[in-house]
Amino acid sequence: MNSDVLVLTLLTVISAATPLIFAATGELVAEKSGVLNLGVEGMMLVGAVSAFLAVTETQSALFACLVALIAGAGMALIFAFLTLTLHANQVATGLALTIFGIGLSALVGQDLVGVAYAGLPKLTVPVLADIPIIGPLLFDHNFLIYLSIVVVFGVLWFLQKSRMGLILRAVGESHDAAHAIGYRVVLIRYLATLFGGGMAGLGGAYISLSYSPMWAENMTAGRGWIALALVVFATWRPVRVLLGAYLFGGITILQLHAQAIGVSIPSEMLSMLPYLVTIIVLVMISRDSNRVLGNAPACLGKPFNAAA
Amino acid sequence: MNLSQSNTTPRLRLSGITKAFPGCLANDNIDFAVMPGEIHALLGENGAGKSTLVKIIYGLLKADRGVIEWEGKHVSIDNPAAARALGIGMVFQHFSLFEALTVAENIALSLDGAYNLAALSEKIAAVSASYGLKVDPKRWVHELSVGERQRVEIVRCLLQTPQLLVMDEPTSVLTPQEVDKLFEVLRRLSSEGVSILYISHKLDEIKALCHHATILRQGRLVGEVVPAEETALSMAQLMVGEQLAEPLRADADRDRLDQEVLFQVNELTLPSEQPFGVDLHAINFELNRGEIFGIAGVAGNGQNELLAALSGEVSTPPETILLNRQPIGRYSPTQRRSAGITYVPEERLGHGAVPDMALHENAFLSGFIRRRLLRHGMIDILARNRFAREVCDAFNVKHSGIESAAGSLSGGNLQKYIVGREVLQKPTVFIAAQPTWGVDAGAAAVIHQALLDLADSGSVVLIVSQDLDELLLISDRIAVISGGRLSQAMPTRTADRNRLGMLMGGMKAGTLQEEVEAQGVQHAV
Repeated sequence: MNSDVLVLTLLTVISAATPLIFAATGELVAEKSGVLNLGVEGMMLVGAVSAFLAVTETQSALFACLVALIAGAGMALIFAFLTLTLHANQVATGLALTIFGIGLSALVGQDLVGVAYAGLPKLTVPVLADIPIIGPLLFDHNFLIYLSIVVVFGVLWFLQKSRMGLILRAVGESHDAAHAIGYRVVLIRYLATLFGGGMAGLGGAYISLSYSPMWAENMTAGRGWIALALVVFATWRPVRVLLGAYLFGGITILQLHAQAIGVSIPSEMLSMLPYLVTIIVLVMISRDSNRVLGNAPACLGKPFNAAA
Repeated sequence: MNLSQSNTTPRLRLSGITKAFPGCLANDNIDFAVMPGEIHALLGENGAGKSTLVKIIYGLLKADRGVIEWEGKHVSIDNPAAARALGIGMVFQHFSLFEALTVAENIALSLDGAYNLAALSEKIAAVSASYGLKVDPKRWVHELSVGERQRVEIVRCLLQTPQLLVMDEPTSVLTPQEVDKLFEVLRRLSSEGVSILYISHKLDEIKALCHHATILRQGRLVGEVVPAEETALSMAQLMVGEQLAEPLRADADRDRLDQEVLFQVNELTLPSEQPFGVDLHAINFELNRGEIFGIAGVAGNGQNELLAALSGEVSTPPETILLNRQPIGRYSPTQRRSAGITYVPEERLGHGAVPDMALHENAFLSGFIRRRLLRHGMIDILARNRFAREVCDAFNVKHSGIESAAGSLSGGNLQKYIVGREVLQKPTVFIAAQPTWGVDAGAAAVIHQALLDLADSGSVVLIVSQDLDELLLISDRIAVISGGRLSQAMPTRTADRNRLGMLMGGMKAGTLQEEVEAQGVQHAV
């Protein structure tokens, strides 16, 4: 394998991983505050279709991403209102949000099927991008890829180093104790959930603007679910989300390449691979309950009622 | 500390504090004062009203009546933040730390001011070094032992430079070595002028540590003593009261020990499954036909573990529990029920009954084997409803139909229903935990009479209770559980309340014996 092929393969891995990084990092923040939002797939789809709609109307990629961010956060707002204000069950509401998102995005995107878009422009770093191998891998991407890395390390800093991040973790760990100290549990969870929705929307935007620049119904194809699994896989640590996303991106690409070079396994089997690996990894991680429990937010998915 | 400075202003003075809960007067006109630098004990049995009083002081509850004075000024403590602002620090019995955060992060969450973990860690290190409270700011709280967590809570309080430190049963979860270390710290704080309110029922600790003790019984203040001038025995007397038991049983003199042994526990040793549970050590007892056997003890001394083993919720080696000489240690709760053991757990809602299910369904769940409520594998609805109505009628349960949810009944009525459901299954052995905890006197009387009648009909009745009065009233023999060990059983007729109180307080049997003999003249009535 010569270096050009290697670089091309790695580039496609980065590309496949980026939507997962956005969605999983956002969900990580929401879960750290104690909110389990299973509607990631729905929020990504709404983000994807609204970004594509915006970019075909205005031709501005930046504006399209902003629209996707707001659309994803809007979906999360519905979820937050139902679960945090009205105390609806988080699991059922999250599943409903995904189904709602699939339907809504298909409806909005009816006229967008078959419309073409050139893809996000690249932000090439001069000089550095000309370095062989490293240049194209690190310094020759569209801005969403750079942003995904910034988001991961930003979240890492926020959770570990900032007072707000500490409060957010405390709320996810024991909402009763946090409430007793005097922190506003519901407000903090609203904000965390909205951030999660916005990031899922951006992940969706990356799919429809860059990964395959077009709109097709249900085009996220289960990435929202993989993002949810990634959070557990990463045991709620941002940098592990990054590594896990590249691992899963790699498996997705491996699967495509294996099909291309004609490996004599049914293509359906290969398409299952990322999901099978997800399940296997989750089982392996869950066996070591201390590792999961030590970092899992203790109040994840539990309703909080200040009056009780 | 110099106690003669009692003419100065008390740091905290409570006058006429009264707090009522529905059906229970938790604090009745309580007065006491804590001086600067004083270690003041609040002594009483469980349910005496200590915790309610402490919650009022820390702003978690509001008193119905009464005045709180701080440094001579009338104050109103509306919430914990107000208490902290005054200079009251509290170390909780059940810790209020965040497990997934580090020590420094936990402490930062309850402190105002700039957020700088490095600077805070230095402060923590300084305080912990100066008081010999070893605490590593970088460690995760979930890795810490119970004693270490308590140190974190104390350091958290000390960083707020409190004037009054409230410690709620601080030694209940500590090893003896940790207790010694804790006492050193508390004496040091006291010498620096910090007042300490020390809540406990452990007499020897209070004798060793405290300058004054206020003793509560059933919500009332019954005495204020200088522990150094008292004996553990005299304080135990004040704590458990002198009320005489009145036998309700016509044939109270009948000797039941000659009768056939129906139930035996042999060398039952059981490590607790809970992280902070109590291990059982070689528990032995034999129960005779027609006998009521009482197990006294302060909560958290192994009662839950013992009851779980007896009811079958935890399985034990077969030979450790014998019913009619048959080993049943491995039997499940359902198997034990069909073999003749019925059980009334302490927790009415969620353990003794399913709150959202109808009364008749709750009757079925426990009684379907012994009362044959199944027909061809289906619920015999008529028989089930008959059983539920029979329980309600026999135990005078006030209800709005047997279709109503168990959770809709009042505490006393639901307890009568649960006890009735188990008694009417005609068990060979009937086990009850706290059968009259938190129920009104009328319901308690109904339940007590039912247990006496059950024993007279030839069953064995085993009662585990923190209420010594209850046990003295109805049981034939009493044993005390403390630290997972069961004392020798003693006939109730000859049982000495003070001796029981001291055994419950964890007094060693040897020292107890000497003290009882030394004071023999005083309390032989």
